[in-house]
Amino acid sequence: MRIAIIDTSTTRAAIISDGLREAGLDDLVIIDSGGRLVAQLEAAAPEVVLINLENPSRDVLEEFFAVSRALDRPIAMFVDQSDAESTAAAVDAGVSAYIVDGLAKQRIKPVLDLAIRRFQAFARLQAELHEARSALADRTTIDRAKAILMKRRGIDEPAAYGLLRAQAMRSNRRIAEIADAIITSDALMGDM
Amino acid sequence: MALDRVRIGFLPLVDAALPILAREQGFAKAEGIEIELVRDMSWATVRDRLLYGHTDAAHMVAPLALATALGRGRPAVAMAVPFVLGLNGNAITLALPLADQVLDGDSLGDPVVLGARLKTLALARAAAGERLRFGVVHRYSSHNYMLRYWLAAVGIRPDVDIEIVTISPSFAADALAAGEIDGICVGEPWNSVAVDRGVGRIALVTAQIWRRGVEKVLAMTADTLAQRGDTVARLIRALHAAAAHFVDADSQAESAAILARPEYLAAPVDPIARAIGDRVRLVQGAEPVHVPDFMFQYREAANFPWRSQAAWLYSQMTRWDGTPFSAAEAETAQGVFRPDVYRAALAGSGAPLPGASSKIEGAIGGTGVAAGSTQGRLILGRDPFFDHRAFDPDDIPGYLKALP
Repeated sequence: MRIAIIDTSTTRAAIISDGLREAGLDDLVIIDSGGRLVAQLEAAAPEVVLINLENPSRDVLEEFFAVSRALDRPIAMFVDQSDAESTAAAVDAGVSAYIVDGLAKQRIKPVLDLAIRRFQAFARLQAELHEARSALADRTTIDRAKAILMKRRGIDEPAAYGLLRAQAMRSNRRIAEIADAIITSDALMGDM
Repeated sequence: MALDRVRIGFLPLVDAALPILAREQGFAKAEGIEIELVRDMSWATVRDRLLYGHTDAAHMVAPLALATALGRGRPAVAMAVPFVLGLNGNAITLALPLADQVLDGDSLGDPVVLGARLKTLALARAAAGERLRFGVVHRYSSHNYMLRYWLAAVGIRPDVDIEIVTISPSFAADALAAGEIDGICVGEPWNSVAVDRGVGRIALVTAQIWRRGVEKVLAMTADTLAQRGDTVARLIRALHAAAAHFVDADSQAESAAILARPEYLAAPVDPIARAIGDRVRLVQGAEPVHVPDFMFQYREAANFPWRSQAAWLYSQMTRWDGTPFSAAEAETAQGVFRPDVYRAALAGSGAPLPGASSKIEGAIGGTGVAAGSTQGRLILGRDPFFDHRAFDPDDIPGYLKALP
């Protein structure tokens, strides 16, 4: 079964195709949605197309399928419409699947389930990356705020950190937010 | 009191203004509603989020709401359109090399004159095996039908003499720049973005093709309307108030600044401000010209969902999908537009409410006519199609037979 993957994120496309290969589906075509989508799809002639929900080419894809039908070529449709639950799950995960009409439900279901899991894995990866990045940013902010406090108040690092933490607890805010406020006010007040 | 949450899907276009302003200017809050906006890049996604419950309502091209109810391209889902977000506001922009051949002077083209020139050129190109290629935003869009209506009326056969492809609004200017397409029919600010980038010239505005063409609608599933009728009524009142605010000259600059923000259109403020003010810059560097009725968001009960508008869109759908006319489908399509819900929501508000739910489209000439209304005074302005054909919703087969 040939599966086409249309994705603007090459990382996500790689994650999906790895999963499909592990499941023994190795007739995969990755389509560059920045290029001439229709020509590429025509050449690939896939039985299933996986595309992410955010992809602006989805309207182009639906047009292509509608025209293909008029030309008496295989009909493609949105994911198994009789199964609203798995369609909703797919939309939730951010994946849209189009399948060639007549493809047995038993055959498309595992592909779709896999795609959903892979999309979710990618989303988790993104979230973790974001978290790691913001944790790093927080650390830098706190270090700078500590340095300001140490200089202004003539205290050592543990004392500066203690001040930040105490203020955060009193005002029910994150330490990084307090640190950010100190940096901002320091920038505004200068050497006053 | 906790606010009633309504999630509304939209595409980054100037005519998404009413839900955005209803949220930002407090019209929704005044009705006890909190609007949450969900932006997408394709109409297919806006539709899917609506059908699978990610959103409660959507800013949607009117024909897509009808196509969804009729099960074109996917299984049918009963839909409801209780409010029209606006009329027109689109333009046809040509790539500069083509514009140079068919347009002269520095004013908007005349649909008949421009059409005749385009026909000569299109046929010559087709004979040479390199058909002109135009982009529209969706198969089931008013843009597709307006462009095709004009082309067919001037003797150009869409799909035969030229090619029409689908392209996402935000990428229209790129496609013109890359020479992939020769023209686009798209909503603002994307024509103006192409003009300001120096890759296209606005040739016509869609108001020249049909002076009162229905454009985006507030769409929802019939289930949502049935289950949340009271919320929908409040939403309609909030959107109606936002429409009055939108057309107020004093608020236009502020509205443009809001729409331009990264979370909404993420586009330059200048072309947005021009569109709101009915001013159109036709070519890079030129002084914008005033185009009366370019965008029509409030006057003359513009937000009223006339069943005859849905009927006209259905007539074009059968025409260009090549499906036979079906009285049952025509009824389903007209049934999507819900003038009854609009009337009930705005009763007692002072908004003019048409007494009829359907009218002959394109039949009002001269200085307009007074229309029967159950509330308020309503004058309907000129609404012709450029070829002066009128559309009688009670005789769609006759209308279709008379079209070229």
